Amino acid sequence: MTWQDRYPLSFRLYPYARSADQDAARPVHHPVVILGAGPVGLALALDLGLRGAPVLVLDDHEGVGQGSRAICFAKRSLDIAHRLGCGADMLAKGVVWNRGRVFHDRDEVYAFDLLPEDGHRHPAFINLQQPWFERFLVDGIARAKAQGAPIEIRGRNRLSRMDAAGDGVTLRLDTPDGPYDLRTDWLIACDGARSPIREMMGLGFEGRVFEDNFLIADVKMKADFPTERWFWFEPWFKSGASALLHKQPDDIWRIDFQLGWNIDRKAELDPTRIRKRIDLMLGPDVDYELDWTSIYTFQCRRMERFRHGRVIFAGDAAHQVSPFGARGANSGVQDADNLGWKLAAVLAGAAPESLIDSYDAERIHAADENIRNSTRATDFITPKSPQSHLFRDAVLHLARHAPFARPMVNSGRLSLPSVYDASPLVTRDALPGSPARTRPGAPCPDARLGDGYLLDHLGRGFTLLALGATVPSVPDGVAVLTLDAANPDLRDRYLGQAQRALYLIRPDQHVAARWAACDADKLARAFDRAMGKAA
Amino acid sequence: MANLNLDPILSNPDDLYEALIAAHDGLTREESEALNARLILILMNHLGDPGVIRQAIEAAKR
Repeated sequence: MTWQDRYPLSFRLYPYARSADQDAARPVHHPVVILGAGPVGLALALDLGLRGAPVLVLDDHEGVGQGSRAICFAKRSLDIAHRLGCGADMLAKGVVWNRGRVFHDRDEVYAFDLLPEDGHRHPAFINLQQPWFERFLVDGIARAKAQGAPIEIRGRNRLSRMDAAGDGVTLRLDTPDGPYDLRTDWLIACDGARSPIREMMGLGFEGRVFEDNFLIADVKMKADFPTERWFWFEPWFKSGASALLHKQPDDIWRIDFQLGWNIDRKAELDPTRIRKRIDLMLGPDVDYELDWTSIYTFQCRRMERFRHGRVIFAGDAAHQVSPFGARGANSGVQDADNLGWKLAAVLAGAAPESLIDSYDAERIHAADENIRNSTRATDFITPKSPQSHLFRDAVLHLARHAPFARPMVNSGRLSLPSVYDASPLVTRDALPGSPARTRPGAPCPDARLGDGYLLDHLGRGFTLLALGATVPSVPDGVAVLTLDAANPDLRDRYLGQAQRALYLIRPDQHVAARWAACDADKLARAFDRAMGKAA
Repeated sequence: MANLNLDPILSNPDDLYEALIAAHDGLTREESEALNARLILILMNHLGDPGVIRQAIEAAKR
């Protein structure tokens, strides 16, 4: 049989190699199979592998597809990548940015700084082409494997059939050498917006389609625009109803134009026509090459549930957002971060299977928040009704002289991690006078310590962070971290008006509980609750 | 006399902006304009300060 790839590659990272599984008499058993070696599948594989959980990743290609695609990686994704051992590579290659400017016609109407405080290892954002993000994760997997992490990636393994039962899933995979079968206890669908697993299981994916087309042009040029996100409503250069300019590594610039709904897609992708639009924006004398172009439409939608028995959906397979706000890949990486420690705990017998249900609760909450934010931005950029258009234009008009209207200008509310306020895993806040940003359910904000950063000191397991408080005896599986309560970042972010505090922090660096004081009993109850053992 | 405040004071403007747009869902242009007129009159009464309201009218005309 001749093998047909669906798209050309940027990087060939995991060439097909015949596995012994293909010659086995019976389907070989694997505890966890991840379908899809994109950012989400790779992050999850690396997380599981570093926790010692054996994981097999299957992808129908041998590497990363072409095209920059997701380019904005948020601080939280970098914090996660850093814990996985890949953050430094990404930060070194990526273009760091914290500021954005929004223009209407020629005038600046709104500017924002996404990281207005010090004491964080990572910036608010880096721009990095998705192929590089994935490549650094694959490099991280290779390093982890060299240290004994049980991770395997198989290229050119395409799912053709599946049979999900109560205690596992049987998979039929096509390869260049023909089909073979596998058995897995857990199948993680990281197989993208058009998820074959979702299709095969006949599961719904409901939401809203936005009636607009956006042209992406990645342009290679030497230019000295600042490394900020620039967004225009009704730009003076008239290349689109809105436009975006953003710097990527290697002198590549992302340019986006809003084209409207009724367009001739093929004609709009004609390089001559694209160059005309770009020339209007940059002026006639700027030299550049077209590196990659694409036209996209988008939808905001999610599955009703992300867990279906032993099949779990993550990333675009589970939820889709518009690109305004960089909430796609970033939320997918957070899905992986949320699922990794839970799945590892269940596999190790340290937590009941019901812990996995909290992935559903927490990440559906996050998906709804991302969909809400990206829908609002899209409604502002692409008003859905004449009335909506009228108010949008009124906000842009007022923003020039009335400061109150500026925060209403919405060109995308950029990705922030969700706070799992209503999660079944969190214990009620018991630290009066403390900052809301570190309440139970929140991801830990970083802080500068003498020898580095706070997040570096949170290990792979649970941590009890003690700030000036007496440490009770801790359950097995909880490490104690005692830090100086006088540290200004810690005081500001973790104490507020409180004099002392104990924080129980989950393996994904979210706060599970916090107290002014706590005994061994209370701590053990909070730990049990965070491990999904609450009655 | 109090001065019109044009600085941002809403803690979550996106929530209210969404509610405002949603109030117009499915309305004809005439119905929308009538809704806006009623809304302005309600807010004007709630404000109560004639000086502030006159300043707001001037700010909107700019």
